[in-house]
Amino acid sequence: MDNAVKPVLIVKLAKEALFTFVIALIVLGPISGLVLEGFSFRTELARALSLAAVVAAGRVLISFLLGTRICSRALQRFNRNSGGGVTVRKGDEKFPYAVIALVFMAGLSFPFFADKYILGVAILALIYVLLGLGLNIVVGLAGLLDLGFVAFYAVGAYLLALGSQYIGLGFWSALLIAPFLAGFCGMILAFPVLRMHGDYLAIVTLGFGEIIRLVLTNWLEFTGGPNGAPAPAPTFLGLEFTRTARQGGVPFHEYFGIPYSADYKFWFIYIVLFLVVSGVVYSVHRLRAMPLGRLWEALREDEIACRSLGVNHVFTKLSAFMLGASTGGLAGVFFAVHQGFVNPTSFTFFESALILAIVVLGGLGSTFGVILAALVLTILPEVLRDFAEYRVLVFGILMVVMMIWKPRGLVRITRPAFFPSSKSVVEISTNQALEVGR
Amino acid sequence: MSGAVLSVENVTMRFGGIVANRNVSFEAKEGAITALIGPNGAGKTTLFNCITGFYRASEGRIGLWSDGVPTDIGDLITKPIVGGSHLVTRAGIARTFQNIRLFKEMSVIENLLIAQHLSTTNNLSSGIFKSRRFNKTEIEAVDRAYYWLAQMNLLEDANRLAGELPYGRQRRLEIARAMCTSPKLICLDEPAAGLNPSETRELSQVIQILRSEHDLSVLVIEHDMGLVMSISDHIVVLDHGEVISDGTPSEVASDPAVIAAYLGVSEEEVA
Repeated sequence: MDNAVKPVLIVKLAKEALFTFVIALIVLGPISGLVLEGFSFRTELARALSLAAVVAAGRVLISFLLGTRICSRALQRFNRNSGGGVTVRKGDEKFPYAVIALVFMAGLSFPFFADKYILGVAILALIYVLLGLGLNIVVGLAGLLDLGFVAFYAVGAYLLALGSQYIGLGFWSALLIAPFLAGFCGMILAFPVLRMHGDYLAIVTLGFGEIIRLVLTNWLEFTGGPNGAPAPAPTFLGLEFTRTARQGGVPFHEYFGIPYSADYKFWFIYIVLFLVVSGVVYSVHRLRAMPLGRLWEALREDEIACRSLGVNHVFTKLSAFMLGASTGGLAGVFFAVHQGFVNPTSFTFFESALILAIVVLGGLGSTFGVILAALVLTILPEVLRDFAEYRVLVFGILMVVMMIWKPRGLVRITRPAFFPSSKSVVEISTNQALEVGR
Repeated sequence: MSGAVLSVENVTMRFGGIVANRNVSFEAKEGAITALIGPNGAGKTTLFNCITGFYRASEGRIGLWSDGVPTDIGDLITKPIVGGSHLVTRAGIARTFQNIRLFKEMSVIENLLIAQHLSTTNNLSSGIFKSRRFNKTEIEAVDRAYYWLAQMNLLEDANRLAGELPYGRQRRLEIARAMCTSPKLICLDEPAAGLNPSETRELSQVIQILRSEHDLSVLVIEHDMGLVMSISDHIVVLDHGEVISDGTPSEVASDPAVIAAYLGVSEEEVA
């Protein structure tokens, strides 16, 4: 650094420090500097000043670090990666089978290492992964803004709770029926609204989500209203996970001759959930390379062009909506069986917004990004439990920062490369084209 | 040259009180290049949208003959529930757009694969479990896409994003994409707009190849008179929504009504 530049830099830093100090004082002063004592208050000026000074010093430190060479290079690389958005793969990338297998085995054996609390968080995180993947089909791939996704989640959860209450459905049958029922609800919603675009669609789906929640709250006789409904515990081949089985059955631990532990139920839920999530991840991964998935993405890019290519845009959107809803329904069943109890407060608009945040944060359309975002957004609040009151604030800041630096999501989207089945296909047609062109 | 591939009979298109097309009738012959020309605002693109099913004509009939079987475009659009402009494409009319409408964030090949969605296996389970039939149709689709890329001289761009291509190549890609729907008639909306002279020459070759090699009928809207006069077999001139001239290039070029529409009439003549 030259001597001529240095004074300018110092003045700039000093200005920044002063500015930050004043702002920090204005923001933090009233909170930290005034202490209420009954009806009067006393001032703690030193505390407010020192807090502001710490903030200002931090600001100077950051600007100073950004000025150094290593940092600016790192920043450049970061910016370069986030710039382009979409790239096409070269076609010579190796599919990371080993990594996937390792992650799969690690995920499957996770309950044997984790304690009950961590396992609970993991189950919740996986449920949100499932929800994120479902909404990703609708919002990320097909480009339909759905603000009422939580409705399908509720359908799945209440299917288990009410199904067991009225017609004796168990966990497994609910798991099989839920995707179809939720998909059917998705279809009922989608048929009238899919001719709408963008904002209108968002408003109608928002309304649908609220309708489902209000029906659940107010239909006391059927759903139990705000009191909710109990959901049955899972069974493994008819074996219950309780200490003693009902009606002379054999509980899980007696059948296998192992000591009783209340954790088995959660192990079981986790493993089934993990397998279902793996299945859904694989399906979504395949969908992106399938004609249907391509049509969804094409529809997101340009609907009119799609119609000009003979794509039935209504049915294509409908399929996206139904498949997304089905995945949401699956997640609902797991939520109900994990909680053992459902009530309408679990299905508010905030949930929809959270799921949407997962999809947006993950980068619309990227499966890996959505999984990552779902894990981050569910595990982060647990880690930050001490700052529980600031959770939503942190959330908001995270979103703003993301929108500025990584507007296309955490993970960069890539497109697959395609090659002809043999060289001759291309050569023949090229020769033809040349001959005619001559 | 045999019969007509497209017949437009007495088509009128109104938007509220505005009449965009009034009583338009013409035929496009099978295997011919038909050009639709006229000054700006003459109603060419509106007519195009009627033909390709994006608008329902207020009055009149538009008929498509593919292999001797007639189809009424109006019926396809108004079919209950399943009806829509996509059926027109399936019946055999493909189109391109005046302002290019590619899937910009998808690769060139993917653009062409989407156009072939009717010949690939779209079944969910066969795709997820990679059934043999699925793989076979996918490979065929990729090969067909490469075939059309070669025809349009776009091979080196196969695995690039469509939005990254230069303008002239995007135009050709849009034609290739339309061709992947295996149409009987392709409607090109100002294909030479924004192209430089050498690209325009290349385009006129491409259009002629389409006609001669792939027995395709072409309907083209174009402002580049050099291109229109050199390639078309038949020209229809529209002005203020009405057909003012209809004939071979030389007939149209010497028609006083056409000259008046393009160049205006001197004041003495009006008086």
